Amino acid sequence: MASIEVKIPPMGESIASGILAKWHVADGAIVKKDQPLFELETDKITSEGTAESAGKISLKVAAGDEVKIGQVVASIDPAATADSSSNSKPQTPNPEPAAAAAASPAVRRLAAETGLDPASVAGTGKAGRVTKGDMLAAAAAPAPKPAAPAAAPAAPAPAPRAPLAPGTRQTRKKMSPLRAKIAQRLVSAQHEAAMLTTFNEVDMSAVMALRAKYQDDFVKKHGLKLGFMSFFAKAVVHALREVPAVNAQLDGDSIVENHYYDIGMAVSTEKGLMVPVVRSCDTLGMAEIEKSIADVAKRAREGKITLADLEGGVFTITNGGIFGSMLSTPIINPPQSAILGLHAINERPVAVNGQVVIRPMMYLALSYDHRLIDGKEAVTFLVKVKQAIEDPARLLIGA
Amino acid sequence: MSSFDLIVIGAGPGGYVCAFRAAQLGLKVALVEKRPTLGGTCLNVGCIPSKALLHSSEHLVWAKQHAAEHGIGFGSVTFDLPAFLKRKDDVVAKLVGGVSALAKARKVTVVTGAASFVSANTVSVAPAAGAPTQLTAKNIVVATGSAPVELPFLKFDGKSVVSSDHAIAFDSIPKKLVVVGGGAIGLELGSVWSRLGADVTVVEFLPKIAAAYDDDIVRNFTRILQKQGLKIEVNAKVTGYANGILTAERDGQKLEFPADKVLVSVGRRPYADALGLEKVGVKLDDRKRIQVDGHLKTNVPGIWAIGDVVAGPMLAHKAEEDGVAVAEWIAGKAGHINWDLMPAIVYTSPEVASVGLGEDAAKAKGLAVNIGKFNLAANGRAIAASATDGYVKIIADAKTDRILGAQILGHNAGELISEIVTHMEYGGSAEDLGRTIHAHPTMSEAVKEAGLAVSKSAIHAL
Repeated sequence: MASIEVKIPPMGESIASGILAKWHVADGAIVKKDQPLFELETDKITSEGTAESAGKISLKVAAGDEVKIGQVVASIDPAATADSSSNSKPQTPNPEPAAAAAASPAVRRLAAETGLDPASVAGTGKAGRVTKGDMLAAAAAPAPKPAAPAAAPAAPAPAPRAPLAPGTRQTRKKMSPLRAKIAQRLVSAQHEAAMLTTFNEVDMSAVMALRAKYQDDFVKKHGLKLGFMSFFAKAVVHALREVPAVNAQLDGDSIVENHYYDIGMAVSTEKGLMVPVVRSCDTLGMAEIEKSIADVAKRAREGKITLADLEGGVFTITNGGIFGSMLSTPIINPPQSAILGLHAINERPVAVNGQVVIRPMMYLALSYDHRLIDGKEAVTFLVKVKQAIEDPARLLIGA
Repeated sequence: MSSFDLIVIGAGPGGYVCAFRAAQLGLKVALVEKRPTLGGTCLNVGCIPSKALLHSSEHLVWAKQHAAEHGIGFGSVTFDLPAFLKRKDDVVAKLVGGVSALAKARKVTVVTGAASFVSANTVSVAPAAGAPTQLTAKNIVVATGSAPVELPFLKFDGKSVVSSDHAIAFDSIPKKLVVVGGGAIGLELGSVWSRLGADVTVVEFLPKIAAAYDDDIVRNFTRILQKQGLKIEVNAKVTGYANGILTAERDGQKLEFPADKVLVSVGRRPYADALGLEKVGVKLDDRKRIQVDGHLKTNVPGIWAIGDVVAGPMLAHKAEEDGVAVAEWIAGKAGHINWDLMPAIVYTSPEVASVGLGEDAAKAKGLAVNIGKFNLAANGRAIAASATDGYVKIIADAKTDRILGAQILGHNAGELISEIVTHMEYGGSAEDLGRTIHAHPTMSEAVKEAGLAVSKSAIHAL
């Protein structure tokens, strides 16, 4: 019987590759059907690959390698089952990274001594080859690399020469692939977009009054609290309708205008920032929005988020206010073109009708891609959000 | 009028290689050459004949001076100049014949005669006798090379004051030969005639000969040449030649060098004379080189220029790479050329070779570098071959260890340099060189050791 290829499963529209973070099985081991084989980390989620068939597995990539969707990472020989090779000892995975074979001798030495996988280092040599200098730079500023495989290497590695001895004044740990991907995406957003931020402030009195007035009824009816986010989600939908340019994105030299209102809500999790998307906010009631937010946020924090939850947003709302932020400039989540930053609500003296009064105020920040959104549109958008929050009746009337 | 995909003007190493590569890629190519033979300066009167003379004359020196060390005696060693020159001519004939055969096999149409532009896509070729023919093509590559620079106060007469074209074929050994200009050509041909018995003086305007090389390399090189009998006069500005005396000045002081032959080898100038470039509006730069962009295109669409006639080092291998890249670009392929990695070699004994940045240039640029040197005197094969003069020097980036350049003084330095070029092309570090296996016993081990010496880890040196 022919051996069965183990491939990286399709993950969703925007995921083309990931890092095979960890093998759960050793090369040459006998695996059972549906046994978890590997852990795959993408920039969005971590998932597991399982065995389609029982048999003897031979691994084709090393832990830590970048893998593409559909790439064959192992093969399973179904002819060899536990019975037929019961006394074959499972081998430990090859500690040498696969790419090392083609690497230069100095690069191979550094890979062995630092544990850095050349495949995870951006090469500056001919046709992108990794040079010794690239490895030295990567060792000095650790590049994204998953933790070492759990299984100990079979052969004793040369005594590692610690590139930087960890002192008591610092501790050092590798960036997780997710963290590294977030870092890369944020930097690339800053490089690629003509990003700038416009600010405004909003008087939260009206929203707070509505919440105070209807909170008990709302909780009784829907079983959860009426928060601020549903107001802002609604206000954003309203503003996106008024200023469609903000609900657009660049694709090459085309401008794609979106006619749907799937809003990303940035959530802080242990693994890093995640932006689950609440679908069709234009069709949802306030309670449904609150429920959706609570649900995705809970699942994001528990690591149970699916790719479908993360894809396809047209706009993002991020709330630094829950940590007490007074003011910040958020970074766009590409390919989206704008992001709204919410901040802490603080009582401040403001002038209303010639009188100094104390009002609960919040600063708003809208970062946007100036390549397709003009200042007038961005400012108008933010004013629309402000007006809707200050006078929520506008949302009902559509003014 | 015959129509082609590509016309290449000039069949030197740039032009014929361009034509051959284009033909390989399926283009219909015409190769226009003024000389009756292909190969240009390089094969006919340059690189190749001078190498034949250098090689033969080294044998003479060996037979006279070194054979006895090996226990070999010849009685009296004789020398036959016509036979010596004939061998050189045979070498040239064999090579130019080979190029012709290749042109035929590749179905490249060779048109003999002087080309001139009629329009941006038409050239007229005037043969030595007979009517001119017109050729037309969408793309035309100018590869007309270079010619020796003539000094206004030292005009070539083809008898006493000559260029390298003549100095490869003196019909007698000069008694006193003065070489004006201590670059590769002057030092090579000066060495040839010195070995044959001429009293040779090299007069150089700059403070050192082989001026492109590092000071330490040139100091050692100069000393070796002087030991071989060459007189070397630097900082000397030649003023004229009359009555068998070459005159020069140094710090206002007059110098006189008796000479029955004067070889003027002060450099070469781009040669695009009588091509009618002005007629089609091809722009030249301030040094009369054809102006080209990063893809060797002139300002006139469809006209390209390569090799010595454009900016850059006047080296056959540079012209060849230009030619290949242009042929590929014309054929719609991804041509590649790395002008920063151009090895250069002086084929004296010992040879001097360089690639990339020298130590002096790196330091002048303020780069932090580590230097690794390894003396051939510590290399087993060099000792066995009595070739212990010189050393290998590697210049590497202090931070990344990437090889930035190398200079080698030594026997076969020109062959030794190429592995360093390869390492550099792939972004290699000195450690990579030091960790690559080199067969023992070979002189190439000195290259490896120099790589190790960058991190002070050479095995056979302290």
